[in-house]
Amino acid sequence: MSIGWIILLPLCGALAAPLVAGRTRAASAWAAAAATATALAVALSHAPAVFAGETVQLLYPWIPAIGLDLALRLDGLAFVFVLLVLAIGLLVILYASYYLPAEDPKGRFFALLLLFQTAMLGIVMADNLLMLLVFWELTSLTSFLLVGYDPSKQAARRGARIALVITGAGGLALLAGLLLLGHVVGSYRLSDVLAAGDLVRGHDLYVPILVLILLGVFTKSAQFPFHFWLPGAMAAPTPVSAYLHSATMVKAGVFLLARFHPTLAGTEVWFYLVGGVGLTTLLFGAYTALFKHDLKGLLAYSTISHLGLITFLFGLGTPLGAVAGLFHIINHAIFKGSLFMAAGIIDHETGTRDMRRINGLWKYMPYTATLAMVAASAMAGVPLLNGFLSKEMFFDQTLDLDLLGGVAWLLPAAATLAGTFAVAYSLRFIHDVFFNGEPVDLPRTPHEPPRWMRIPVEILVALCLLVGILPQQTVGPFLEIGASGMLGSPPSFDLAIWHGFNAPLVMSLIALGAGVLVYSSRHWLFATHDRLLPRTSGEAAFERIAALLLHVSHRIMAWIDNRSLQRYAVWLVLVVLVLTAAPLVRHGLTLDGGLAGEPVDGVSLVAALLVAAAAVATVVAARRQRLLALIMTSIVGLVVSLTFIHFSAPDLALTQLSVEVVTTILLLLVLYLLPLGEIRPTPRWRQIRDLVLASAAGLGTAALAYAMMTRGYEPISRYFLEFAKPHGGGTNVVNVILVDFRGFDTWGEITVLGIAATGIYAMLRGLRLKAPTRGIGGRPWSADAHPLILAMISRPLLPLALLVSVYILLRGHNSPGGGFIAGLVAGTALILQQLASGQQWTGERMRLGYFTLIGVGLAVATGTGLAALIFERPFLTSAYTYLSLPLVGKVEVASAMAFDLGVFLVVVGTVMLILENLGRLTSGRTQTAPVSPGEER
Amino acid sequence: MSHWLVLPLLIPFAAGVGLLLAGRMPLAGQRWVGTIATAASLLVAIRLFGLAAEGQIGVYLIGDWPAPFGIVLVLDRLAALMLLTTALLAAGALAYAVSGTDRAGRAFHALFQFQLLGLNGAFLTGDLFNLFVFFEILLIASYSLLLHGGGPARTRSALHYVVLNLVGSSLFLIGVGLIYSATGTLNIADLAQALAGLDPEAQPIAAAGGMLLVVVFGLKAAVLPLHFWLPHAYSSATAPVAALFAIMTKVGIYAMVRVFGLMFGHGEGMLAELFAPWLLGAAILTLAGGTFGAVASSDLREMVAYLVIVSVGTLLAGLALGTTEALSGTLYYLVHSTLVGGAMFLVADLIGRGRSQGPAIVVGGRPPGAGLLAVLFLIGGVAAVGMPPLSGLVGKVMILLAAQGSEWVAWIWAAILISSLFLLIGLSRAGVTLLWCGDVNPGDAPATAALIAPAALLLAMSPLMVAFGGWLTAYTEATAAQITDGRGYVEAVLGQPPASPLRPTSVP
Repeated sequence: MSIGWIILLPLCGALAAPLVAGRTRAASAWAAAAATATALAVALSHAPAVFAGETVQLLYPWIPAIGLDLALRLDGLAFVFVLLVLAIGLLVILYASYYLPAEDPKGRFFALLLLFQTAMLGIVMADNLLMLLVFWELTSLTSFLLVGYDPSKQAARRGARIALVITGAGGLALLAGLLLLGHVVGSYRLSDVLAAGDLVRGHDLYVPILVLILLGVFTKSAQFPFHFWLPGAMAAPTPVSAYLHSATMVKAGVFLLARFHPTLAGTEVWFYLVGGVGLTTLLFGAYTALFKHDLKGLLAYSTISHLGLITFLFGLGTPLGAVAGLFHIINHAIFKGSLFMAAGIIDHETGTRDMRRINGLWKYMPYTATLAMVAASAMAGVPLLNGFLSKEMFFDQTLDLDLLGGVAWLLPAAATLAGTFAVAYSLRFIHDVFFNGEPVDLPRTPHEPPRWMRIPVEILVALCLLVGILPQQTVGPFLEIGASGMLGSPPSFDLAIWHGFNAPLVMSLIALGAGVLVYSSRHWLFATHDRLLPRTSGEAAFERIAALLLHVSHRIMAWIDNRSLQRYAVWLVLVVLVLTAAPLVRHGLTLDGGLAGEPVDGVSLVAALLVAAAAVATVVAARRQRLLALIMTSIVGLVVSLTFIHFSAPDLALTQLSVEVVTTILLLLVLYLLPLGEIRPTPRWRQIRDLVLASAAGLGTAALAYAMMTRGYEPISRYFLEFAKPHGGGTNVVNVILVDFRGFDTWGEITVLGIAATGIYAMLRGLRLKAPTRGIGGRPWSADAHPLILAMISRPLLPLALLVSVYILLRGHNSPGGGFIAGLVAGTALILQQLASGQQWTGERMRLGYFTLIGVGLAVATGTGLAALIFERPFLTSAYTYLSLPLVGKVEVASAMAFDLGVFLVVVGTVMLILENLGRLTSGRTQTAPVSPGEER
Repeated sequence: MSHWLVLPLLIPFAAGVGLLLAGRMPLAGQRWVGTIATAASLLVAIRLFGLAAEGQIGVYLIGDWPAPFGIVLVLDRLAALMLLTTALLAAGALAYAVSGTDRAGRAFHALFQFQLLGLNGAFLTGDLFNLFVFFEILLIASYSLLLHGGGPARTRSALHYVVLNLVGSSLFLIGVGLIYSATGTLNIADLAQALAGLDPEAQPIAAAGGMLLVVVFGLKAAVLPLHFWLPHAYSSATAPVAALFAIMTKVGIYAMVRVFGLMFGHGEGMLAELFAPWLLGAAILTLAGGTFGAVASSDLREMVAYLVIVSVGTLLAGLALGTTEALSGTLYYLVHSTLVGGAMFLVADLIGRGRSQGPAIVVGGRPPGAGLLAVLFLIGGVAAVGMPPLSGLVGKVMILLAAQGSEWVAWIWAAILISSLFLLIGLSRAGVTLLWCGDVNPGDAPATAALIAPAALLLAMSPLMVAFGGWLTAYTEATAAQITDGRGYVEAVLGQPPASPLRPTSVP
């Protein structure tokens, strides 16, 4: 079967586990185990090819845009790791099915565990850098979920979060590093990257690439100073700790060191960075482990220390160092996996993990104790066990290093020191837990665990012994293919357990002896450690940094955003000024475009001054006298209308004028409702700031307008002038543009009106305000809301005004006028009725709902547009013809007129609807409601 | 050209006007109308996407007036992609709304359809002034939708929204006026030609007009420091409205692509490199501001709103780089961030509903059904941060890769990656606090499937965008090529003959 199944099968298992969870207690465990075992079988079926030195590959293109292929490879290195992941996975599944409480949701647990397994297999088999990254981050995510498996525990939540953030940060650095690496190599295929070692090491980007990738490695493999997430992650259920946080996931980092060894290793930077960090971690972890009272805490720091050791071995950059590193990865996975499982059993049986309370368990569980003691001895590096062999290789490697020159003796010394502490903490694990008197205050009486729970431990411990005694026959071939997968051609190495009485052996003996000594003086050491060393922890530092980030973010946001609209507007104007001024200043804008202007006459000058004065007065009055401000804005509007007339634009003038009237009346109605509360004075500096900004914006706009108008240009509007009559059927070009050439814009704008009406209705419906009793200056409102004289005058005006509006509507196509203006005129007439006679009076006489008016208007306008479709013309295509009517004579009938009628109806309906809703705000009486959308029965 | 192009406008328009006319139709009926119209829009969008994917550019002469004199609708790959994204998002938002939030105020369904009209129109129009008109439709409909449900918080933030955007509308008009005065035309294809060969003397005026458009589109897109309206407005809006608004900022980005990629993209002299440096600076500022905002948020909805801003920063970075690869990444990320952002608003609402503390990020009760919600939140969060294996990573990597040729590469990489890290910190804090802390109130019922399904379906788009990533990135690449080349667009628009042989196509 294809090697793709090695990854797919666990994934299928992950999907199946929760599905079958309900059947029997162990169903999901069985599903998980079956998937893992099958995947293992598939992997083993490829063993002959791999042992023959082949690389089994699989390649499907996926997203070529980012260089991501579905590319897998099974070479020697990947094969060793696949076996490790699957075999230990199988044992962990067996162990976990007994470890987890019966009432736990096992489906979820095994799904996540297998998802992790999939991701881990993906990392080791990926043949594409991005593929590798995808799986890399997936392990971080599944680890997060598994650590937080029981979110009711605070430690679990905290541990999960910290682990996610630290490994996630490393993942981002790794992403950057891999992208750069792919960029330098020119390919994201691992095979290409591995072949491009010289190119990469000689490239300018080598150091950034290395540092970024190492950040990923160090965070994942819990290297100092990123180590602190690992002890926190021990809040996970013990099977997870055994699997992810000692045997496999934390090895992903060092796996990368192995994988990229041919590409990145062998430089001085590599040696100092990788070796230095590894050595520091090795010593720091070994030292700290001794002082942990928590069983899993000790194992966590011991794991950190061993990961440091492995990192250091890879850091040497030598082929033999890399082989030793690989060997220790295997050994550590075996003994540490079994130790975690043993710790889990002890936790399970005693109810605590505090080594100050669990003592003398030998009496209660001798069998487990024996297993744990063998595994712990392997951890300490006792001869005849697997840990001894790789540790000897490590000691040996520290001896012949010439990079350090005169201080070369430091390395073996440090190695021996680390070995000493390893012996001491292993001894503590054995002696404290199984001997050292009687247990203190345990929640329950411990006894041996169920048979099946011990089996995984037995298998692993047996492996410790087997590898330790017969290395060449057991692990030898695997190490051989692993090394050749890693390095291309493996160096010759010797796995014999007896190399004669040499320096490494002496170092081992010293470490053993000194370790016993250290352990025996532990009480004094603990006291000194507590007294002298400050209580610092990476976890606390992390929390401090996270809190600082939160604090800084709060400060920044509070500083930027004070929730004041004025502030927002200032930013907007400022950005406009800077952005428009910058290119003009840099490239120089000649203000005068050369076109001669018209001579300035007295009337225009007065009008211009009036506009300027009114604009300034609006601003001055706006704060205290809103009514005055409103009058001032209407002066501006009026002068603008006059300007339009002056420049022969009657349509614009009419529109502007009618809009002015309607908006002013509506604004007056709103002003009536606005509270008259005290307005806080504006500080002087803000007044100045606003003055400067407003002046700059105003003058800038004026300058641009001047520059624009003094230049000639060739617009498309000649087309409109030319064809308005022959093809649009109207002599009023402005109107033909509005209803025909650009009728689509008008269609959109009347839709805006309709939406505005809907929005206002939705907003104000049901809202009731108290009618103010006093107006500006505290004067009471007149009791006579609807003066009789006004009513009497306005009523006869209505038919006249409506007639005028119809006239304006009908003539629009050929003379100044049109639907929009006509609608506003009619609207004004109706507003007058309402003001004069009151809402109820008008409402009773307006049979048509305003929404009907608007809807029909929109439908008519659209309908004329759709009619064109019947004649196989596009939407809104117009047509016109001439009819001969008796008496009247030849009359033009244009579809655009129907469109204009739609515009008329929408405008009238909208104006009236706004008015009605504003009027209803303060009236206590229920009104005849207009036909409206959104009404619930 | 068939009339397919005008359907994305006519369907929501007809539904909206129908709902106005139908007056007192019961809510159930309104829901049917809205659902049918939205589903029809989705089908039409899929059909148009299929048409555009063939590489043809569809042009529809409204009123049968030839370009550049009349208004045209143009269906290129970009428009089709935007239409489809909008339709998908709208389907999700509406499906969520019909489960009850449409009850909170009046005329929801009519306004919702009008909002879709504005969006579709903005994406289809080939005319700069007509774009303004559709922006107005968008603005007025969105203002009303923001107010849906009422209350002081909504009223206040909606006021900020509408005032700033009205200022933006004025700026838009001034900008269009300046550009028209320099070129004498409003048709985008014609403008692309006119601007490319613009007399150096007139260039500064066109540049000033273009810069005003930068501000307007930046305001729509919530680019720092023009973003202020967004966080409060989105976090106080009802969930389906906020979800639909995930596309609103993208309208600004879309307009930038259209205007600066296509229209100004082929200019010489000062117009050529006018916008890129500003956009790059704004991109990094927006990324930073959005990230700090997200981290500092004390409310999940607000955090999601800031995530929208962060995505805008990322998109701007891609846009500013200007290469075809960068544009392709931008478009991919645009689709991703729209759908995921919309879904996250729904998820935030689902979480908030089940807690007595609402969506406030404080330790309190867990919402009922926390497990499922946690899965949704995790998927959305992973996608938003840009972690594997979801679409955020693909989009981000596309933009990171495209940045490699730029002299700003270090800035862009650092901004995007550090922002991702901070978002990871912020989102994990929020998720852990909201979904892992505290106990479920035993009396509460978990959210119904009808509420969860829309969020889940929108989120499902993210893995789908990865699974079919090869196909989708090929589409966005072709889209980017179509934009940066521009010739196809210009030729299609200006070469489209009117249906009537009598229509004059040029001035004598």
